[in-house]
Amino acid sequence: MIVVGMGGTLLTLWILSLLMSVLKKSFPLKKEGEGK
Amino acid sequence: MLEAIGSGLYGLVAGFTNLHWSNPIMIIVGLFLLYLGIKKDFEPLLLVPIGFGCILVNIPLAGLMEEEGFLKIIYDAGIITELFPLLIFVGIGAMTDFGPLLENPKIFLLGAAGQFGIFLTLALALVLGFTKLEAVSIGIIGACDGPTAIYVTSKYAPHLLGAVSVAAYSYMSLVPVIQPPIMRIFTSKEERTISMGAVKKSVSKTTKILFPLVVTVIGGLIAPKGLPLLGTIMLGNLMKECGAVSRLAKASENEIANIVTLLLGISIGATMDGKVFLTPQTLIILALGFVAICLDTACGIMFGKLMKVLTGGKVNPLIGAAGISAYPMSARVVQREGQKYNPKNYLLMHAMGANTGGQVGSVMAAAVMLSVLKGMGII
Repeated sequence: MIVVGMGGTLLTLWILSLLMSVLKKSFPLKKEGEGK
Repeated sequence: MLEAIGSGLYGLVAGFTNLHWSNPIMIIVGLFLLYLGIKKDFEPLLLVPIGFGCILVNIPLAGLMEEEGFLKIIYDAGIITELFPLLIFVGIGAMTDFGPLLENPKIFLLGAAGQFGIFLTLALALVLGFTKLEAVSIGIIGACDGPTAIYVTSKYAPHLLGAVSVAAYSYMSLVPVIQPPIMRIFTSKEERTISMGAVKKSVSKTTKILFPLVVTVIGGLIAPKGLPLLGTIMLGNLMKECGAVSRLAKASENEIANIVTLLLGISIGATMDGKVFLTPQTLIILALGFVAICLDTACGIMFGKLMKVLTGGKVNPLIGAAGISAYPMSARVVQREGQKYNPKNYLLMHAMGANTGGQVGSVMAAAVMLSVLKGMGII
């Protein structure tokens, strides 16, 4: 329970951090500014 | 006639004659919580209603926590149903800016490391003879996140709610006292002076709007049992970031959060009846909660050290201490400690990133734990 819990939390947040990086690259700040 | 007068007089002293030895002690505890909130400014929004609720429930014969007592009605409506912590979470989501975290998504991992104390304390609680569900509720104090602790405990170990909530909120308010010594033990002077530079603003509005949606869907699919927690905090954040429902976002972070905080506080205080609260078990829970927060801080810093090595010395390990959920207190403590050793160092925004990562991390840790327990058939 403890190992799966710690590992699961770390793995989940790692996946989310990867997805956040993808989102940042897919929707960069510069492009939005240029669009305006 | 005399008999009637005697009975009448007895009615006026019955409150005193029915005092249990534990009631005066708990009234003093309630007064102490009020003192901490009013005079010391430690989480006053919660400690004041909790302290007052504690005093109310320890006055005998008032029946406030009996059927149809007003505290019992509030407790049943908001704590038993888990509505209060969830509504608080909508407000927290609406108050939190995840921008610093999105600037550097790797910092998310510090939010996971900052929850390891939960699991280590859970193991300790199991060794001390608590049941699995009690141990989970005690470990979650280490999330440094009041609503999460209340949500989990009210669902799986309601008899521990008073002790767990008081521990969670008290230690949250004591973060500026608890964390600095641990930071100094686990880091060298050289590490504390590492400068991380300024945080660049590179996150678009679209990313900020998509963030709560992605976290809700992916986090919910991984750990469905925690979706009420995750979903409500992310709903609040979506309302804040999208800008289309600013009235709802403002209501969530002000009116709703304020009203629910009052009702939540007073109903937690109402669980502190001396007859059930003053037990050796409560003291053990308070001690384990303290251990949990110390372990969280230590694990966060150790993970920060690992990140420092992996990035070639670009990460100041102090920001690992902000991987807990006490937002924004913990980030401010990191900033203050960093500046003590390098006055030109501005760690605040990096620490804010770790701190908001800790907020999501604490919810994810609870969600993962509940889903693991569900998978094991315990709940």
